Amino acid sequence: MQDWNVLLVDDEEEFVTTLAERLRLRGIPVRVTTDGEEALRMMEAEPFQVVVLDVLMPGLGGLEVLKRIKADYSDVKVILLTGQGSTWDGIQGMRMGVFDYLMKPLNIDDLIDKIREAVGEN
Amino acid sequence: MAVNKWFKMANLLHMPEEGDAHDRYNILRRNMIILMILVTLIPLLLMAFVNYHQYRTALRDEIVNPLRVLVNKTKHSFELFLAERLSAVSFIASAYSFQELADENTLNRIFQVMKREFGGFVDLGLIDSNGIQVSYVGPYDLKGKDYAEQSWFHEVQVRGSYISDVFMGYRKFPHIVMAVQHRTETGQIWILRATVDTEKFDDLIASMGLDPESDAFLLNRSGVFQTPSKFYGGVLEQFPLPLPPISYEANVIEAKGPKGRDVFFSYAYFVHPAYILVVVKPKAEVLKTWYTLKSELAILLAVSIVVIILVVYKIAGVLVRRIRESDEKREAAFREMQQTHKLSSIGRLAAGVAHEINNPMAIVNEKAGLMKDLIEYKADFPDKEKFLSLVNAILQSVQRCRSITHRLLGFARRMEIQIEVLDLNEILQETLTFLEKEALYRNLDLRLNLAEDLPRIASDRGQLQQVFLNFLNNAFAAVEDGGLVAITTWEKDLDTVAVSIRDNGTGMSEETLKHIFEPFFTTKKDKGTGLGLPITYGIIKKLGGDIEVQSKEGQGTTMTVYLPKKPKEGYGG
Repeated sequence: MQDWNVLLVDDEEEFVTTLAERLRLRGIPVRVTTDGEEALRMMEAEPFQVVVLDVLMPGLGGLEVLKRIKADYSDVKVILLTGQGSTWDGIQGMRMGVFDYLMKPLNIDDLIDKIREAVGEN
Repeated sequence: MAVNKWFKMANLLHMPEEGDAHDRYNILRRNMIILMILVTLIPLLLMAFVNYHQYRTALRDEIVNPLRVLVNKTKHSFELFLAERLSAVSFIASAYSFQELADENTLNRIFQVMKREFGGFVDLGLIDSNGIQVSYVGPYDLKGKDYAEQSWFHEVQVRGSYISDVFMGYRKFPHIVMAVQHRTETGQIWILRATVDTEKFDDLIASMGLDPESDAFLLNRSGVFQTPSKFYGGVLEQFPLPLPPISYEANVIEAKGPKGRDVFFSYAYFVHPAYILVVVKPKAEVLKTWYTLKSELAILLAVSIVVIILVVYKIAGVLVRRIRESDEKREAAFREMQQTHKLSSIGRLAAGVAHEINNPMAIVNEKAGLMKDLIEYKADFPDKEKFLSLVNAILQSVQRCRSITHRLLGFARRMEIQIEVLDLNEILQETLTFLEKEALYRNLDLRLNLAEDLPRIASDRGQLQQVFLNFLNNAFAAVEDGGLVAITTWEKDLDTVAVSIRDNGTGMSEETLKHIFEPFFTTKKDKGTGLGLPITYGIIKKLGGDIEVQSKEGQGTTMTVYLPKKPKEGYGG
């Protein structure tokens, strides 16, 4: 097992659970939540090295969650997922210190590459 | 009805909506000219008309008055002449007794004195109350002649004096007879009768100093000439025209003269004797000044009209041109606004659709992906190949959807820009590297006329590359193998640089030109999305620039992009 852990945050449960299963199949340790607040609570409970975060979520939005993560866990790498290919989200995210951003639908190999990059395995 | 007419007048300036634009402006211009000419010329013509009549009346009075004065003066001369002689006869009749006058020696002596002192007397005779001439001196032997039955004898008895009409007498000279009755205190009555030749009449008429075209003469009340006329007849002939209406003061009337000429008839009736003095002057002669003035007026009027028409033409032309220009500007601005509006709504729509589709697509993608994973990870999966090909087909379709939604999102994304200082020539050359292979393969004539000292501008590198790539792609698609594509850059003015991309390809029809910036309009049927030029247009507008397209079917297209050296306020940052 790796000594790092990935948190997957997306309000679309079908998407996020399926994606998690696929990542696990490929040997990536991953935890899942569909809610921004829940994600922050989970981060308090256990350490994550990488957070994959959807931008558009009901309740606490992706960018808001990102802001809090950056404030409290400055060494956690965040990969933004955006369904609306607006680069504004990307630029905004980059300014706020995200590691990278990817557009949905995802290419799973791209995501795995980014995660490995984020934990320094590439 | 009147209201209706005014309404129509006002309508003249209303632009007809239908018909092509050229006609519409021509009609407006024509109506404007008609209206302005009417408004200016009607008062002018009215004033000219009124002035003409006022001048004519004033001038006529001025011209006619001297004529009147002349006639009056001459009439007085005639009256004086006759009165003098009548007084002389009357004086003699009173100064001498019947017996003295009956003596022919005495009468002859008196006659000689009269002839000397007054002139014009031809004979002198004394007639008694029975009408018998008692004594006579003169060239005829008239002594003893009985005048009792003659009309003048009765008239002199009634009125006391008498002056006859002219008649031909001694040696065929025209004469007049004057007679005076005298009554003594004892009741004795006699009449002294004298004959006067009218040579003096001619002198009086000559003294009027008339020009050769004018004529003056005496008539009696029957229209018989008492003095000869230049144009109308000799002494004792009948005046050919009807007599003017009676007026004892000098009067002037207009009439047709000999040879049909217009003349002024200036005349005065005498009370006693019953003569009419007539002066005939040709109108043309009299009104010479008037005709000069009239022609001057006419010239002035004509010049004014010509000037007004010219000015009105010019003004109407300028006005309509201005209206037209402002109309066209407004229309262009409106079209541009519509275009921008259309683009931004399509952008929003595209972003919305892409987002809505992307999320379910992401689920499909992951589910199918997981299915594939499961199939692949299990070595003994039944019908493995069949399922794998099915799943792959799903994943490929997802990929297709993805590329479509990303393209749509790309269209929406053009709304954002990143500004840096850059060299346009460099960007163009960079962009060309994408196409160099195609140019070589198709043997295209690629010409670069890049201004060496082109100033650097502040703009968005990626967006500009996209624009130029789009234009170059279009140019390459338009030309045949071996065709020409020319790229030119220059500094247009202090604030602007320009890039033109010209090809000698197929060109576009006017109809196509109208639509090229509309999203989803394409002539490439299968290959085009119809988003290339709208995206380009949106980018250039966002960068504060402008696009100009010139194209002729069969001759090629030139796309020119104007870019500000510095982004306008509100952009970039």
